[in-house]
Amino acid sequence: MTNRVAIIGVGQSSFGKRPDSSIRDLTFEAFHEAIEDTKNLERDEIDASLVASSSGYDKQRSPAAVIAGYLELNPQPTFLTEAACASSTVALRTAWSFVKSGLHDVVAVIGYQKMTDMTSEAIQEVMGRAGDVMFESPFGTSMPAYYAMFARAHMDAYGTTEEDLAKVSVKNHYYSQYNPKAMFQKEFTLEKVLSSRVIASPLKSLDCCANSDGASCLIVANEAKAKKFAEQPVWIKGLGLGSTAMSLASRNPPFTGFESAKEAARQAYAMASIKPTDIDVAEVHDCFTIAELIAYGDLEFCKREDSPKMIRNEETHLGGRIPVNIDGGLLSKGHPVGATGGSQIRTLVHQLRGEGGKMQVDGAKIALGHNVGGIGMYTNVTILEA
Amino acid sequence: MGFERFGFVSYVSQAKIGEFTEYLKNNQLMGTKCKKCGKVYFPPRGDCTSCLGEEIEWVEIQGEGKLVTFTQVNFAPTGFQKDVPYILALGQLNSGQYVFARFSKDVSLEQLKIGMALQLVPCKIDEERVTYEFQVL
Repeated sequence: MTNRVAIIGVGQSSFGKRPDSSIRDLTFEAFHEAIEDTKNLERDEIDASLVASSSGYDKQRSPAAVIAGYLELNPQPTFLTEAACASSTVALRTAWSFVKSGLHDVVAVIGYQKMTDMTSEAIQEVMGRAGDVMFESPFGTSMPAYYAMFARAHMDAYGTTEEDLAKVSVKNHYYSQYNPKAMFQKEFTLEKVLSSRVIASPLKSLDCCANSDGASCLIVANEAKAKKFAEQPVWIKGLGLGSTAMSLASRNPPFTGFESAKEAARQAYAMASIKPTDIDVAEVHDCFTIAELIAYGDLEFCKREDSPKMIRNEETHLGGRIPVNIDGGLLSKGHPVGATGGSQIRTLVHQLRGEGGKMQVDGAKIALGHNVGGIGMYTNVTILEA
Repeated sequence: MGFERFGFVSYVSQAKIGEFTEYLKNNQLMGTKCKKCGKVYFPPRGDCTSCLGEEIEWVEIQGEGKLVTFTQVNFAPTGFQKDVPYILALGQLNSGQYVFARFSKDVSLEQLKIGMALQLVPCKIDEERVTYEFQVL
């Protein structure tokens, strides 16, 4: 038997403002769905858990012990993985390594974030400190501001317009109507997006994802366990992880893409032995509208300069060349930082199992997930196969 | 010590290059130069992370450069709300280094165009706090 690694169960909580739930409640919701999603997996088959979360949003320190304890996963190993907004796919990569090496057979990846206990201003401050606190945060940085600087450079270099950016928001919000776990499940018109208030020019509030509470869970297994505990295992075919210096001033131009994402894509395509044109469906990290256009270029869905054309021509809509973020994306699902990567993978697993419902891409066989940490400091690219 | 005086709100107090803020207070824009390989850093670094040299000297930085990208922040994080709106920018000095800073308060968004000439200058925020900022030439 070959030694492939599969995802055998996926789950997520509802995303959004969740005043009803603590981090325990949110992770329970995701874990419960993931266990139910497997074929009769008993909890004692899980021989390690990885908890993914970005620090600073809630008071709990060393949360892996709390989550693993609450979900009764002791005394098996558990620890926290942190890579800002890419935490849960870094945990997935770690789980793959555990399973591939034979160290563990079945690993649970549990991502979460509880954000709305804090004010928006306080969240901006925490996020701004996911920039360089020595030479950038002292000027009053925030994630919208950083991405706005990439947007401005993109507009200047490629003729991208504010309307192009707004079209990404319109597309993703449209699809969120069919995602019962999304924070916003409604359409926004182009006019509405363009007239929303400016947060950091040129980005407006509807160019930005919302702070959100939520959790996700992925259960990863070796081939023998996958065949036993999944009706339709989804195989991890390619993995890539790249990095970029945190400080913008320490990076290389052009400021219209992320070196980390290009490197992650290169690794993942090589490992999976596929080309970008082989992708049937993709989830990309649209924390801001500009981030989705940047992803098209970094993932080589098109040349960087053609990324505004891709959205104008509806090439990433359902029925287009590569449907992207047809679960609503971060823009409308909400972005509970540590849970987001797992939620993207959950959507792709559903697609590859043919369970996408109204959003199903016909005959989807190969899927790509792109999960970015902060201002592109870390990027994970995951390629899955039915 | 000394670095806690840098910027509008500081998050770091202790660093090898603490005297940087003393130079800014004296209206001097200083970077560091590696005595081994000659590489010049701005913002300054306590060691040469390129050739791993540990001996550095302070050198004056000519602040001329050009605008790489920018944004006007209307919604500020905690600690910066009183400053809105403010313009953040990435510039590239003619000597090659990229610098992240705010624009001087008298600069308006409408004036800005990527590629335009800039001048980076030391400035005092109040009695204690110091920084550097971009001005339009």
